[in-house]
Amino acid sequence: MAVVFQKPKALADIPMHYCPGCTHGIIHRLVAEVIDELGIEGKTIGIAPVGCSVMAYNYFTCDMIEAAHGRAPAIATGVKRSDPENHIVFTYQGDGDLASIGMAETVHAAARNENITVIFVNNAIYGMTGGQMAPTSLPGQITQTSPYGRDPKLCGYPIRVCEMLSQLEGPEYLERVTVNSVANIRKAKKAIKKAFQNQIDGKGFSLVEVVSSCPTNWGMTPQAALKWIDDNMIPYYPLGVYKDRTAEQEAAK
Amino acid sequence: MAKLTFKTDFCKGCGLCVDACPKKLLRLANEKINKKGHHPAEITDQSACVGCASCALMCPDCVIQVER
Repeated sequence: MAVVFQKPKALADIPMHYCPGCTHGIIHRLVAEVIDELGIEGKTIGIAPVGCSVMAYNYFTCDMIEAAHGRAPAIATGVKRSDPENHIVFTYQGDGDLASIGMAETVHAAARNENITVIFVNNAIYGMTGGQMAPTSLPGQITQTSPYGRDPKLCGYPIRVCEMLSQLEGPEYLERVTVNSVANIRKAKKAIKKAFQNQIDGKGFSLVEVVSSCPTNWGMTPQAALKWIDDNMIPYYPLGVYKDRTAEQEAAK
Repeated sequence: MAKLTFKTDFCKGCGLCVDACPKKLLRLANEKINKKGHHPAEITDQSACVGCASCALMCPDCVIQVER
């Protein structure tokens, strides 16, 4: 018998601190599988964010740097520019990190078309600090700081990061995926692999937004949380490719 | 014939693998408790497993290794 599925080598053999049913574990594994498949573990440098995945540097076996809150794309820019030939640089950021305090860094890294890969985990809530309203929380969503549901009149509307960045000339590749079913996990892996391959090919800024769940702070079971993604998150955050410059140029030929 | 190996002490008992199995062969062992204090997932009928690895793909904690 041959082993058809096992823990990827780029993921350390230690238990992760995430809550039961948290999809961070799945996304970590997909990134590690892609690093394994592309054979780039030795030259990959990851940038960990602030948020639930703040300790991602414990779980990936490649080199990792911990960034100040939201500043992962800025640090990734520095690391990548210091030795662009020999480093593959990715950031792993949540929505409270990338879409609020780190918005400026993200938008400008995209506008400059920095040759980095950004994995953006969107679960519509601040997970680590206990479930406060995030820039991506849905209208009507109940959180610690919006106990009667998010009121757009008071708090504004959630930000669709992929759509917003797709208006820029800069970025090479933007796609939104989710990991709430086996089929969607396979699609997510394909998108993450493409984002890393783009960097290896020197094409530029690639961002994969992964619509994720937070069973603990949404206050539901892991199963109900995955269904909640389908029922509430996907209608507001439609899946798909928002920008793929290489494909657009091919089509224009 | 496929073989599943569970790293039981990594399991957090979320049950996502139980729902992912197309043949409904997995369950959470309510009579067992692992090191973390969860009821770990286990397979009820190893001989019926086809090794599709859906459970392993869905598991957030890389508990399951699949051989086929």
